[in-house]
Amino acid sequence: MSQYTLRVFRGDSSGGDFRDYEVEVEEGQVVLDVIHTIQATQANDLAVRWNCKAGKCGSCSAEVDGQPRLMCMTRMAQFEASQPITVAPIKTFPIIKDLVTDVSFNYEAAKRIPQLQIREPGRDGTYRMQQIDVERSQEFRKCIECFLCQDVCHVIRDHPENKENFFGPRWFVRLAELEMHPLDTVDRTEFIRDAGGIAYCNITKCCTEVCPEDIHITDNAIIPLKERVVDKYYDPFRWIFGKLTGKP
Amino acid sequence: MAEYETHEYDVVVVGAGGAGLRAAIEASAQGVKTALICKSLLGKAHTVMAEGGIAAAMGNIYPEDNWQVHFRDTMRGGKMLNNWRMAQLHAQEAPERVYELERWGALFDRTGDGRISQRPFGGHRYDRLAHVGDRTGLEMIRTLQQHAVHQGIDVFMEVTVSSLLKDGDRISGAVAYQRESGHIMVFNAKSVVLATGGIGKAWKVTSNSWEYTGDGHSLAYQAGADLIDMEFVQYHPTGMVWPPSVRGILVTEGVRGDGGTLRNSEGERFMFRYIPEFFKAETADTEEEADRWYGDKVNNRRTPDLLPRDEVARAINSEVKAGRGSPHGGVFLDIASRRTPDEIRRRLPSMYHQFMKLADVDITAVPMEVGPTCHYVMGGVRVDADTGASTVPGLFAAGEVAGGMHGANRLGGNSLSDLLVFGRRAGAGAVEYANGLATSPRVDQGQADAIVTEMMGYFERDGGENPYSVQKDLQETMQELVGIIRTQSELKQALAKIQELKERADNTSVEGNRQYNPGWHLAMDLKSLLAVSEASCLAATERKESRGGHTREDYPGTDPEWGRHNIAIRRAEDGGMFVTKEPLPQMPADLAALLEDGK
Repeated sequence: MSQYTLRVFRGDSSGGDFRDYEVEVEEGQVVLDVIHTIQATQANDLAVRWNCKAGKCGSCSAEVDGQPRLMCMTRMAQFEASQPITVAPIKTFPIIKDLVTDVSFNYEAAKRIPQLQIREPGRDGTYRMQQIDVERSQEFRKCIECFLCQDVCHVIRDHPENKENFFGPRWFVRLAELEMHPLDTVDRTEFIRDAGGIAYCNITKCCTEVCPEDIHITDNAIIPLKERVVDKYYDPFRWIFGKLTGKP
Repeated sequence: MAEYETHEYDVVVVGAGGAGLRAAIEASAQGVKTALICKSLLGKAHTVMAEGGIAAAMGNIYPEDNWQVHFRDTMRGGKMLNNWRMAQLHAQEAPERVYELERWGALFDRTGDGRISQRPFGGHRYDRLAHVGDRTGLEMIRTLQQHAVHQGIDVFMEVTVSSLLKDGDRISGAVAYQRESGHIMVFNAKSVVLATGGIGKAWKVTSNSWEYTGDGHSLAYQAGADLIDMEFVQYHPTGMVWPPSVRGILVTEGVRGDGGTLRNSEGERFMFRYIPEFFKAETADTEEEADRWYGDKVNNRRTPDLLPRDEVARAINSEVKAGRGSPHGGVFLDIASRRTPDEIRRRLPSMYHQFMKLADVDITAVPMEVGPTCHYVMGGVRVDADTGASTVPGLFAAGEVAGGMHGANRLGGNSLSDLLVFGRRAGAGAVEYANGLATSPRVDQGQADAIVTEMMGYFERDGGENPYSVQKDLQETMQELVGIIRTQSELKQALAKIQELKERADNTSVEGNRQYNPGWHLAMDLKSLLAVSEASCLAATERKESRGGHTREDYPGTDPEWGRHNIAIRRAEDGGMFVTKEPLPQMPADLAALLEDGK
């Protein structure tokens, strides 16, 4: 047992400030445990989202000492007890209360993405796929929608006005998953360029660094999507060929 | 009194895990106006935590597998107390539900010839679980969610239903609150599907999240529906035990399915000493045969490490009590010495990650420490197998909140398939009922107002008790007195304690305002938690035998007479709980013959 100070943001859309809570921390505890201790003993109305407490649901995202993290997977032992630990809500999305933010932007984006449309099955009526072919999209389907990648993306973190024109890394992961899905028949290249606004991304890899599922967001999702857009719309040979033949 | 907004729907589905999503998809596909209400954000429900897989007799690994074998495994796993018709429909329809998920985008792990791979699991005769590594639940919920958002279903996220409404005998809707704002919402609906999951949060050591407060069980009970089998609570044999803050977090049965074995402090594979008579004929009795079984399931019998969960949980409990446990009060689960590090990381990536991050344990190098954790309630709302209809007109239930499918003990992998099969059926049942109504049920204003007044009452009491203290005491009571091994005197103590806790829960008060206030939410959840605790405890007191997820120290044997009966609980005229013993539905001869077949 050791004594820690947690400096937790308390407030709502009209404003707020950080408040200090002194807490006894037991061996092995994670930040979420300590938030729960505060909630149960010192501040019953402290708002926080959580579900699985095992890094599988992606609910408890927050900025702990300035680092975007899942609180359930952040051990207290890595912090010095002598310094207060700050816990703040993720910054990219509007605050609702305390550590809870309005992430509806993401649910709207999910609705707009053209859904999967699959090819006809094989002659036996089933779909045969090789493991190596499903693995590309399986990597993206590991996503737990914690939105930490959205939180650190400068395009929307520092410029909320870009949210109208840019989906953010989570949704490029989703688009890459659909584009690389072995059964899918839809071409989303134009959507990725226009609605998705993929050109805004300047490949700083901040999203990849914070992904708790270790998805190679930049290398495996965003760059291949950028390449598809470039191939289709900005390839000079294709452009000349199109001009000469009149085919798009 | 607080203002509220009103919404009108044909079908309202409560809960957005696998069963709720599948029910809403079905209702919406049949063209009725459908609402989906969930306590958390969409995609965060408990289904997301399921690890091992979806049990379905597709026969991709063993062509010998078929629905009859799956039916037999399910009934035997449930100690023959299952609703036979549910077990039959489940076994017959699960494969098609899996293929349907694939058509909606799920990418399951594959066999060498490109089909859906299937993994072995406890109590299943053949490799049967369609899976994606050890994150099958995530794949399932994401697939259903992604399919659902394009179906025109209205989703109400972070909304909790606190009471059902009735027009005479039939359902007319529900009263709910928005977590974010605290605003009250009244839903007028022709039918309501409950898909709210389980009750694990009534116990201290559990794999369940904050949502699992038995809301649906309690809503149905309050509305006059029957609950059955509430004494049967499943302890998953393998939860983490160390460090204390992660105690109870699930370790998938897939570890044992993929070759992991349980050992005590003496290094002994102790499960060989715990093979019950009932499973002797189908269980390996030497380590050599058990190890051969992983590669050839036709000519060898199953390792006792993969006996049904109730057997393994009890065995671990006994080993620890006998002083042969691990340093932190569990036993060892060893896969490190049995499979290569590469295989372990590929087959069990999230287990590897979970132990590394939360316990500093590298499962590719050393054994894990594991022990039983409260995981699943077999009991629930009594439903019609084909339609999911409860005993209250207009009220339907599917998934963990429904009872009967799993009898006295659920087999691993049968939950995800249950959600799909009966989620779809309950959605269809709710539509059929709604479309068949001559007149639409109306919301009784007075009824709704009374509920809203009660919800606001918590803010009006000053100096009442902290709801978190009441929850903590309830969890400790259930853990200590209504655990894996029960006995009459302790169950009586627990019932007395629950009565005290009910009084305390009526006198909690809440600080702050209605906006996203977890203290207020918990104060309201306590009502459900206490109702399900009382029901579980009463049923456990009544059943004087040991069977599946109900073990009585004072009645250690199974009793054939009890094997022909369910315990049902319903609200008595005086508002108390009425407990009754009722005969099981009669199984047709052709299905009974499948069970007698000694193979």
